Amino acid sequence: MTYFRPARLGDALSWLKDNNGRIAAGCTDLFAVTQDSRLQGPVLDLTGVNELRGISEETAMWRFGATTTWSDVVRAELPAAFDALKCAAREIGSLQIQNAGTVAGNLCNASPAADGIPPFLILDASIEIATLEGRRTLPLTDFITGPRQTTLGAAEIVTAILVPKTAAAGRSAFRKLGARRYLVISIAMVAARLVLDGTKISSAAVAVGACGPVATRLEAVERALAGQDAESAAALVTDELVARYLSPIGDIRADAGYRIEAATELVRRAIGECTVTDTSEVAA
Amino acid sequence: MNVLKPALSARINGAEQLLAGDPARRLSHVLREDLGLKGTKVGCDAGDCGACTVLVDGEPWCACLTTAAQAAGREILTVEGLSDGPISALQESFLRHGAAQCGICTPGMLMAAAALLQRVPSPSVAQVENALGGVLCRCTGYRKIIAAVCDAGRQAAAPALPVAGHAVGAAIERLDGLPKVAGDESFGADEWPEDALVVRAIRSPHHAAAFAFGDIASWKRKHSGIEAVFTAADIPGRNAFGVIPPFADQPALAEEAVRFRGEAVAIVAGVATAMRDLDTSDFPVIWKPIPEMLESQAAAAPGARLIHDSREGNVLISGMVVAGDADKALALSAYVAEGTFETTHVEHAYIEPEAGAAWMDGDTLTIRACTQAPVMDRDDTAAVLGLPVERVRIIPAATGGGFGSKLDISLQPLIGLVALKTGKPARMVYSRGESMTSTTKRHPARMHASIGADKDGRIVAMRFAGDFNTGAYASWGPTVAVRVPVHASGPYRTPNYHASARAIHTNAPVSGAFRGFGVPQAALMQETLYDDLALGCGIDRLEFRRLNAIADGDRSVCGQEMKGAGIRECLDALVPAWNAALERVAAFNAVSTDRKRGVGVASCWYGCGNTGLTNPSTVRLGITADGNVRLHQGAVDIGQGSNSVVTQICADALGIPVAQFELIGGDTALTPDCGKTSASRQTVVTGKAALLAGRALRETILRMGNCGQDAVINVDAGRIAITEGEVRREIGLAGMPVDANGYVLCAEETYDPPTVPLDGNGQGKPYAVYGYGAQVAEVEVDMKLGTVRVVHMTAAHDVGRAINPMLVEGQIEGGIAQGLGMALMEDYIPGRTENLHDYLIPTIGDMPDIESILIEQPDAEGPYGAKGLGEHVLIPTAPAILNAVRHASGARITRLPALPHRVLAAIREAGNAS
Repeated sequence: MTYFRPARLGDALSWLKDNNGRIAAGCTDLFAVTQDSRLQGPVLDLTGVNELRGISEETAMWRFGATTTWSDVVRAELPAAFDALKCAAREIGSLQIQNAGTVAGNLCNASPAADGIPPFLILDASIEIATLEGRRTLPLTDFITGPRQTTLGAAEIVTAILVPKTAAAGRSAFRKLGARRYLVISIAMVAARLVLDGTKISSAAVAVGACGPVATRLEAVERALAGQDAESAAALVTDELVARYLSPIGDIRADAGYRIEAATELVRRAIGECTVTDTSEVAA
Repeated sequence: MNVLKPALSARINGAEQLLAGDPARRLSHVLREDLGLKGTKVGCDAGDCGACTVLVDGEPWCACLTTAAQAAGREILTVEGLSDGPISALQESFLRHGAAQCGICTPGMLMAAAALLQRVPSPSVAQVENALGGVLCRCTGYRKIIAAVCDAGRQAAAPALPVAGHAVGAAIERLDGLPKVAGDESFGADEWPEDALVVRAIRSPHHAAAFAFGDIASWKRKHSGIEAVFTAADIPGRNAFGVIPPFADQPALAEEAVRFRGEAVAIVAGVATAMRDLDTSDFPVIWKPIPEMLESQAAAAPGARLIHDSREGNVLISGMVVAGDADKALALSAYVAEGTFETTHVEHAYIEPEAGAAWMDGDTLTIRACTQAPVMDRDDTAAVLGLPVERVRIIPAATGGGFGSKLDISLQPLIGLVALKTGKPARMVYSRGESMTSTTKRHPARMHASIGADKDGRIVAMRFAGDFNTGAYASWGPTVAVRVPVHASGPYRTPNYHASARAIHTNAPVSGAFRGFGVPQAALMQETLYDDLALGCGIDRLEFRRLNAIADGDRSVCGQEMKGAGIRECLDALVPAWNAALERVAAFNAVSTDRKRGVGVASCWYGCGNTGLTNPSTVRLGITADGNVRLHQGAVDIGQGSNSVVTQICADALGIPVAQFELIGGDTALTPDCGKTSASRQTVVTGKAALLAGRALRETILRMGNCGQDAVINVDAGRIAITEGEVRREIGLAGMPVDANGYVLCAEETYDPPTVPLDGNGQGKPYAVYGYGAQVAEVEVDMKLGTVRVVHMTAAHDVGRAINPMLVEGQIEGGIAQGLGMALMEDYIPGRTENLHDYLIPTIGDMPDIESILIEQPDAEGPYGAKGLGEHVLIPTAPAILNAVRHASGARITRLPALPHRVLAAIREAGNAS
């Protein structure tokens, strides 16, 4: 059988062990790279496995099932810390893509320009992976190792993205830069999350995508922001603090120097957005 | 797993349907090929264009990205299921607003809109934009689509078609619109004879290479179901085609060497099941790559390898226009602006990739394919296949956008060869990548110019030189090289002028016709320098243009005395919008630092029809014995509206209601030649022929009734009634002799615009009719990111007479969308941006509000005073936007597209200079 669409994860894992197949979900990446009238097999389609889809709150974490679509994310009731993720979900391709494309698919495809990765990075997300033998989790930062490279093994399936409750705090924002409004591959994109203690930043998480082989957290920026006054935080973001984490390429969309500059500006704006929203709500 | 699988099925448009075959197939494929639901269009097979949007359980999905297995058990709605009756209120709204032009994106738009309207019956503009952001349209500029969706909830009766004598000037729904919104318009990929062989081309992955074939016979044997493989050796005729016969140089299948990436070297034909996913990567062709020359500079350098041995210096042709003494006048000018400008390849990016079918009808090879020029297709295909033209018949399919590229033949000789050689019908649909690599592009230009003004700001001289990268083959390169020097002055009085343009061969894709034939590039150069001059002279930029606008009685740079010149009227009409925009941006900028707004203006003029060359149209108008009125209207309607406009003109000339006309399209077996849909010529040239045919038939009828000019004609079943005051006469049609075309009354008239060929200095009367326009752009520039958002456009176009104002607006909005794309995002790079996610065209969210102002400065030559418009509308947009960017930010852009990084760099440069 070259196309297998099981209803149960166990069946999926068994099939995968016996077949050297590709895993499909929303197919938005798989179909985009072929002119064929079908996906050439063998293909394991996970969209029939109900247990893999949906967002749930558990004691210590939020669980995003692997085949949760971006439209599911947009519609979900989630704390403000997930605003960046929701915003990114709305920016991924188009409604058509968001209705089909899945959270795990975006991560497993591991495009350097994947809009879904920075918002999960600032949520300290982990990846839950299943094999017939059991499950393991590893930090998202260890999962994606390079452009279109992950540590996912041949007989493994990503089952969920896990966000610890500790990271589901504060406010977040997402900024995407592209040369047109919809259906656009990012020149750069930024996600930021701030936890405020009164008017001070108690902790910050900032990530940048499309400016290097993999999206990355900006730890120096995060350190520089911690303990600072929220209102003036954006001004603390300097080119130098941002640039050391980035290794962008120059390509058809922008040159490398521009990407660093733009990313820095986007970081400032995302941080500004996190603080402004907070201030206005306090004022209200 | 030895279990019998239950068959897959889904509820499609309310009925349970089996989804047979491979569960991994694209839903789009199942819908179109198995279930015959061809309203779902395929534009890219990659989720980039949204043409295949269907509703899955009420939500919009790309059918091309959905497997049959994923559709199983779901509720699927396609355009065919949108309405139980004829058409839904949404579809009616699309018709009423002119939201469908070519119609290829319409089903996708309708489905995305239907999903929105289910949730939000009266959506806002922003909601519509978000809902339709995933469907690309290349014709409309989206604004009428937005209006149609917002207005879909309103019950409105379709406006009545105008009565006799009132068709011209009426904003009627397009006469061919119903199938476009119903989803049953039949495009190139939508119809084929049963059991047609599927044809695929083997194309060069290299920009330049010598090649040889290996053992094709044994490759063929290895793959079952393949009927035939053909190479250049199988071509029976002259293996060199081209739109301009003396320059015809492009092989249908390359011989020994390829000159650009994507050039076809062989075709494979076989049964559909074998061809569907045939892996051709092992096709036996051995490539010997040659170092490529992609830029005109390299190819024009001394000693460069010749792309064509017969064309010295890789120069295909050069054109020149000289008037007065430009150098002397420049030296004496009070102000001189000088600069360079560089543009890139622009892809037409119609949503319909090339498609068609061919079959033998007795001795006649019949080809039904998308096209802009059926008679040229016939002649070129016949020459390649060694057939007399009488043995080739072209039936134009509905064409899903053209913009110039579907003037050249593409798959016609390939499917024609298969049908001719095998005797079996053949069909072919280009993939998106194949369409982008193998068909023509807008010429990249490298231009240098100087313009001088006197102390009062009057233009005294211009010098212009441009190299246009014409790519591997001639195509329309000669036209670009000729048109550019004629138009590079813009619609401005320029007494001393020296302009030259060269078309340079490279290994880049073939550059051909694209809305404006090089004039949009030249306008960027000229209008940028006009802003320099206005700033230098200290004159308001719009005022500067009004001061220099060419007027009736002035001589053009070709020495032609201008008549019916309406540029001054266009510029005058923009004054209120200009002043209001200047005030708005000043107020905005006073309180904004990170974002700055600016206003820019630019103009256009454009000669309608061929440059100093004959380009006739012939229109036949007949009445049958039953009283049916048939208009043989051969001007291919690729969405621009010739089916409506030409009929409206003819209706008023004959004096009967437009509703009574039956249209016969550009089938070469049925309809006389109306030339090509290009050069903004169809309203003027075919329209004039239709006017003459209508008048001629009217005169015949009046003469038969012995009535005067003011009599009223009524054509009924089997008779014509003529009323003149109290007098009423009747002509019975039943007994009248029937001519070879089946008519009892018929008129056939030809119109060829009177022109005078250009002499060695480009002097003459290149066009009988010119159209004019000017546009004001208001933009917002992000000063830290370099992004540009066009906030508003005001466009004033002198169309002489707006035959159909709604279609005129549609052309303006669509032209602006393409101009905006060219200015800000479009950059075709061979080998790199051969898809619709790397090659960006504007989406619905990139388009500003557009205010159209129609100026009607009648032209004595045009039908009812009408002038052409199709290309004019694109020309001012990009320079107006760039001039606005500069006004906002100081950034003087000299290279397209103005991507954010280039704008930011230019802002920096301006900041450093000041």
